[in-house]
Amino acid sequence: MKLTKLLTTVAVASGLFAGAASADDMRIAVVVKALGIGFFEAAAKGAEEAAAELGDVEIIYTGPTDTTAEGQIEVINSLIAQNVDAIAVSANDTDALVPTLKKAMQRGIKVISWDSGVAEEGRMMHLNPSSNPLIGNMIIKLAADHLPEGGEVAVLSATTTSTNQNIWIEEMNKVMGNYPGIEVVATVYGDDLADKSYREATGLMQSYPDLDAIIAPTSVGIVAAAQAVVDAGKVGQVNVTGLGLPSEMAGAVESGASQSFAIWNPIDLGYSATMIAYHLAKGDATAEPGATISMGRMGEVTLDDTTSGAMADPFVYDSSNIDDFKDIF
Amino acid sequence: MSFLKSREAILTGAIVALLALVATRYGAFIRPANLAAVFNDTSPLIILALGQMVVILTRCIDLSVAANLALTGMVCAMLNVAMPGLPIGVILVVALALGAALGAINGLLVWKLDIPPIVVTLGTMTIFRGVIFLLSDGQWVNSHEMSASFTGFARHVILGLPVLSWIAILVALVMLVVMTRTPMGRALYAVGGNPHAAVYTGINVGRSQFIAFVISGMLAGLCGYLWIARYAVAYVDIAGGFELDVVAACVIGGISIAGGIGTVGGAILGALFLGIIKNALPVVDISPFWQLAISGAAIIIAVLFNARADRTKGRVILKSAEVTQ
Repeated sequence: MKLTKLLTTVAVASGLFAGAASADDMRIAVVVKALGIGFFEAAAKGAEEAAAELGDVEIIYTGPTDTTAEGQIEVINSLIAQNVDAIAVSANDTDALVPTLKKAMQRGIKVISWDSGVAEEGRMMHLNPSSNPLIGNMIIKLAADHLPEGGEVAVLSATTTSTNQNIWIEEMNKVMGNYPGIEVVATVYGDDLADKSYREATGLMQSYPDLDAIIAPTSVGIVAAAQAVVDAGKVGQVNVTGLGLPSEMAGAVESGASQSFAIWNPIDLGYSATMIAYHLAKGDATAEPGATISMGRMGEVTLDDTTSGAMADPFVYDSSNIDDFKDIF
Repeated sequence: MSFLKSREAILTGAIVALLALVATRYGAFIRPANLAAVFNDTSPLIILALGQMVVILTRCIDLSVAANLALTGMVCAMLNVAMPGLPIGVILVVALALGAALGAINGLLVWKLDIPPIVVTLGTMTIFRGVIFLLSDGQWVNSHEMSASFTGFARHVILGLPVLSWIAILVALVMLVVMTRTPMGRALYAVGGNPHAAVYTGINVGRSQFIAFVISGMLAGLCGYLWIARYAVAYVDIAGGFELDVVAACVIGGISIAGGIGTVGGAILGALFLGIIKNALPVVDISPFWQLAISGAAIIIAVLFNARADRTKGRVILKSAEVTQ
């Protein structure tokens, strides 16, 4: 614990010194779940990109050394003491941070959450990486993009009761009309178990010999399906796509079993969160239901009734960019 | 009723009937190549069921096999990432040794501390999963990080069957000899059949149970490597809930949960029965909601068969006892 505290102090202190160096700049604190996680290091890169674009912004990238709410509260308290202009946080706990963040807002600090949200009363707005309709559209688009002539696709989901996957599949079915010629022949459930997903994928290829793509909107399923396609010798015939992490899917893209897949881009997320925090702190945008806030190169975010908004379509990864991301997350 | 006496015969009949049923809905299922694929897919279940059988014979149960598999698999995967040049032979030895060591922990707790096996293995099951998390930090080991020989070994085809299948066959042969032709194998039966009588014949009951757990652990460890190699991914939840499939395979195979009754052939057939159901359900186009019910029904029917077989035997003894009174 002592080491943890020391490291946290060092992290905060280094932020403090950097802050003192150029006091006129707007200071935006990007607080992450824990330091040293590839995903958040990438988000910090995006935040720096936004700062460079804006010019008069300085980023304080900080967070605890382990993913605890207590560690984050400590970090946020010291940020309040430094009187930063805005805090953008990816929370380790939805509720635990609320009192501390309320205190920050009372001091005039603009608080937003991104990636992992904070309860409504603890932040001014929340930035989701994407939204259910955007994800539903993306997973079918990923399959359709490689099937200009149309074809048969099947969905390999998690469990029959997985809320996220069911919503995404429902949203996908709503937009099927936009993809003529693409037919969803089956929806099967791998229960997020590698062996069952593998078996279901093998079964799909047997039942539908002309199958062109398997859409797996789950990280276990997509990896297992890719392995099943490789083992069945159907690389090039059956394209595995859906939602997965670059580190987990690098092998599947390399083998050709997966042409492309999608997930959020942490760089874009850090960039957008910084842009939003900047506009809120500048006062040229307000966080209220229905408001739109500019996110620079990522367009605009429109806030819903809970003052949360979706950044963009999930980001597509393929052989051209997988190597840049596979070591990040 | 005489044909009922051989459980292997009934099970073989049930498997043939099952295959015929599946074939009516999806003919290609019974093509030799597909049957070989089904056997290969069922191989880990066969190996684990054989280990579980030994444990159940001694009136114990090992619920930690899937967690043992996952932990050993994770260690093998991390070893491979750290030292990609390490020969597969060494990995196999590590898998067997680590699996046996984990099984020995169960065995010692049951033997020396006299804790009920279901409690011990329920505990170690959770502990093993926790250890995987500590080792891996919750991170996955992914296919592109593993060496080609690491994932390729289990897939390498010899005489038409992948190495994975051959290992299952080899384990089955070894277990057949051990259980029917060695003093140790017979002692395991004796311990489960009648522990008190076993003590009088000079068999150490606790030690036999310890040996059973070591065998089960060793086979689970072996499966750990094979599983990771086959699915080319290692993470905390690998084979989650698989221990129940293993116990189910044993029960279907006629291994009595009360101990002492069961054969190597039964365990293999039980695993095959379950494996065929698992592989057939995705291709016969049955709603996933029904699939669970069908798997469950198969297990209950098997237990019903077991209970009936046992009851008939019990009645005979009781009746003869009544007669003598």
